[in-house]
Amino acid sequence: MSDEQTNLLTRQQIAARAAQDMEDGWLVNLGIGMPTMIPTFIPRERDVMFHSENGLIGMGPPPAEGEADQDLISAGKELVTMVPGGAYVHHTDSFAIARGGRLDCAVLGAFQVAANGDLCNWRLPNQTSGSVGGAMDIAAGSKRVFAMMTHTARDGAAKIVAERSYPLTAGGVVTRIFTDMAVISVTPDGLVLDEVAPGLTADEVQAVTDAPLIMNSVGTIPIAA
Amino acid sequence: MKNKKAETLEDAVSRIHDGATLLIGGFGQPGVPEVLIDGVCDLKRRDLTIVTNNAGTGHSGIARLFEEGCVAKLVCTFPWAKESFVFKELYDAGKIELEIVPQGTLAERMRTAGAGLGGFLTPTGVGTDLAIGKETMTVEGKDYVLEKPLHGDFALIKAYKVDPRGNLIYRKTGRNFNPIMAMAAGHTIVEVQEDVEIDDLDPEVIVTPGVFVDTYYVTGWYEIGKERNAS
Repeated sequence: MSDEQTNLLTRQQIAARAAQDMEDGWLVNLGIGMPTMIPTFIPRERDVMFHSENGLIGMGPPPAEGEADQDLISAGKELVTMVPGGAYVHHTDSFAIARGGRLDCAVLGAFQVAANGDLCNWRLPNQTSGSVGGAMDIAAGSKRVFAMMTHTARDGAAKIVAERSYPLTAGGVVTRIFTDMAVISVTPDGLVLDEVAPGLTADEVQAVTDAPLIMNSVGTIPIAA
Repeated sequence: MKNKKAETLEDAVSRIHDGATLLIGGFGQPGVPEVLIDGVCDLKRRDLTIVTNNAGTGHSGIARLFEEGCVAKLVCTFPWAKESFVFKELYDAGKIELEIVPQGTLAERMRTAGAGLGGFLTPTGVGTDLAIGKETMTVEGKDYVLEKPLHGDFALIKAYKVDPRGNLIYRKTGRNFNPIMAMAAGHTIVEVQEDVEIDDLDPEVIVTPGVFVDTYYVTGWYEIGKERNAS
């Protein structure tokens, strides 16, 4: 259910919307946090495999009680399972998959996304240091990068901006943005507003976005009953 | 046949000297050679440089190395996890140096070291803070950062099974950096759950051939990430 007062999508609803874009046959890497909610929303008939950069191709859901294996975790360090047909690889193979263009998509959280697709998600400007993990490699090498995030920061500041002001993770890589307000595509012409959350108008989304949105035919994000 | 089996933990690790660079396997807790790390702690070595993915969990394993003052520098990808509070305290007190490296770059720097290469060009990090001070090159219209090999004096890794030649297989996501680190060090020390006879490991599935293994120490199975008393 959406928040009736604000018309913002819940985290689950953002994940459900992003899941609709996962195509049959894809290998997908999911960043820590909200993106890890995507697998439960993938339509059953689609064969989507998940890559976890710690060496797992074919990551499955968390284990049933009593079936956890201490040697089987995700990159987010949660206990997970492997689906039939999966494979274990070491770190250089895992990152050859990422850098070498074998990931059809990476869905990553973001602090800031710029109109040209610049992704900022590894360090805040006021921090002297960050935890980069595999973010730069995955963002630089994936065929598509989807940013999945709240539309604005907690203080209301826009996270989708004309030019980035945060430390860069990878330049010009984001292809689509999924937020609690909208679905936006990054194109050579600029940001295209594809869909807005039910109850919101395109102008309301533009008002909290610090980059111009192209509004040709704006749809409504479908919400499962 | 060269005997690579260490009968005691001390035999396995005692050649590690002050100031050494140690490549330590593991991602999260799987694949971390916790027993070997405890052995290094017990030796009370100083000024070590540690190359590993994480900055330790709780008070055990790598966190114990930090806590006991053995480490001068950490090279890692993900230093600021909540569970790495021991490292954070030392870092904030100015007692430990930190180099942050993107994860794929860290792995590949060790792979090139092991493969006798002088470095590699990666698209990872182009235009970011982590490329500052590094050469960039354009090849066939695409920008790359030049990254250099990363050698260790020692690799401390964890494997599932070993045979007397030192051939190794790993277990699930405990594989991670371990096979790469085995190739990149002057002396590779393995802690291993189980040792088996020659020919018990199928040559088709050996991940690390024994040529990369110098010493192994058999630990048996243990619950990972559990705090143990110093031996």
